[in-house]
Parts: sequence; structure tokens; C-alpha cells
Amino acid sequence: MKVQEIVGIIKGTVVSGAENLENTVDMAFASDLMSDVLTVKTDNLLLLTGLVNIQAIRTAEMSDISCIVFVRNKKVTEEMIRIAKENKIIIIQSPYSMFKVSGILFSAGIKPVF
Amino acid sequence: MSTGKMHFEYQVEGGNFSAAGFPSSQVKKTLKQLNVDGNVIRRTVVALYEAEVNIVAHAYNGIISVDIDTEKITILLKDEGPGIADIKKAMEIGYSTATPEVREMGFGAGMGLSNMKTNADHLNITSEVGKGTIVEIINYFHQ
Repeated sequence: MKVQEIVGIIKGTVVSGAENLENTVDMAFASDLMSDVLTVKTDNLLLLTGLVNIQAIRTAEMSDISCIVFVRNKKVTEEMIRIAKENKIIIIQSPYSMFKVSGILFSAGIKPVF
Repeated sequence: MSTGKMHFEYQVEGGNFSAAGFPSSQVKKTLKQLNVDGNVIRRTVVALYEAEVNIVAHAYNGIISVDIDTEKITILLKDEGPGIADIKKAMEIGYSTATPEVREMGFGAGMGLSNMKTNADHLNITSEVGKGTIVEIINYFHQ
């Protein structure tokens, strides 16, 4: 599924990587526990999290995650955006809860990792 | 590089979560430039990043030294800190002595050491209580 379509269905706002919305993601993983995210070895993964800090971006960087959705419109800092851009990571903010975004993406055909 | 060898060192400051991940990020960029296999890169930087977060979470300060030659990457993380009393117990999934602050950063669930083990070809941890911990990670470029 194209990231552009995902942005639409979760009422997302793109705060980094707007030039890469033609990219596609097939699978998603939702967690606030970065150690758990770091155990996932799946390419083209979307990370859905409510943990909004630099370590969420660094975790995505180390795990080759190309797209992060931060739920509940939590504030993304300039430093986070800088590191995301450096690593071509798309950041989307959604006003919805983790549960709701998970449900929407699942219904749209995004697959779980486990 | 005429010798085929590279060496890097990074300082790590205990408690400074905003800087955590910079050394891992630099190592990742270097390995990419050297055209190392993507899976090896991911395993290496995940192990390194977990180890780095452990220094930030538990120690006062540390030094990461990275040596790269044509066949492998050797990473040595030495910290000054409280050390690990029971390494075997610390390797158990779910065992953690992390503070609530560390947990708020998305870590401290007791998964780090086992995740490091999964992602390292060779992992060696030695520790002295009250002094510090030394972690050695070696990954080979050709499996």
C-alpha cells in the first residue's frame, strides 16, 4: 500500500519525508517498547507508536524502518525531524489512537509481523 | 583504505538519552559505504545500539571502539558504572534493573542482552561490580 494512501485513511499529517509518499509498506508493527521493535527483521515495515522521542527515530534507523506513525498528534521535535530526514524516514502524525490506527491499517490490508 | 582497516572511537555519556544512537548511526553509515550486506549491517547496529543504550541507561560514561577489517567488525564497549552482579540472570528475557526514566525512553524491559546475543556472531560480556562492564561484539561480513 502506498504511504500516500495510508496518510489519507488515518487523517495523517506528514512532518518528514513528504517526497517519499510513493513508497509502499506491506506490514506494520505497533509498540511503545523500542527493544521489542529492535527484534523485528522485516523490510518495508511501518512502525506505529505513541513513544515520541529521538530513540524512536534511532530505533527506526537501526531497524531499516522507512515509515513511522506517531499517534494522538504528539509533538515531534526539530531534532527528531532532522535525524529522520538524514535517514529518509517518513514521519506521519495521526490524531487517532494506536488502537484505531491499527484497526484502520489492518482493515486496509496491512499485514502484521507476527 | 590501503590497509583495509579502520578504527573509530566514540564517547558515551551516562544518562544522555538525546545523544544515544549517534555512534550506532555512524557505524551504520560506514558499513553502508563499505557495501556490507544489509542483513549484517542491521544485525550489527541493532546489537551495538542496544549495548550503547545500556551504557546510557546504567553507567556513568563509556567508550566505544570499533575496528573494521576486510572480514569483520569488532566492537568493544567499555563503561565505568555499577557493573552487572549476575550476567547469567541479566541475559534472561524480562530481567531488568532499569529505572522508570529508562522505561519511559522505550527500553528497560529486559530484552536488550538477549537481543544483542541474537544479533552478534560473537558476544562476550565481562563485568566487575562497582567498576564497570566490557562488552565485545564481533560480526563477520561473509556468513
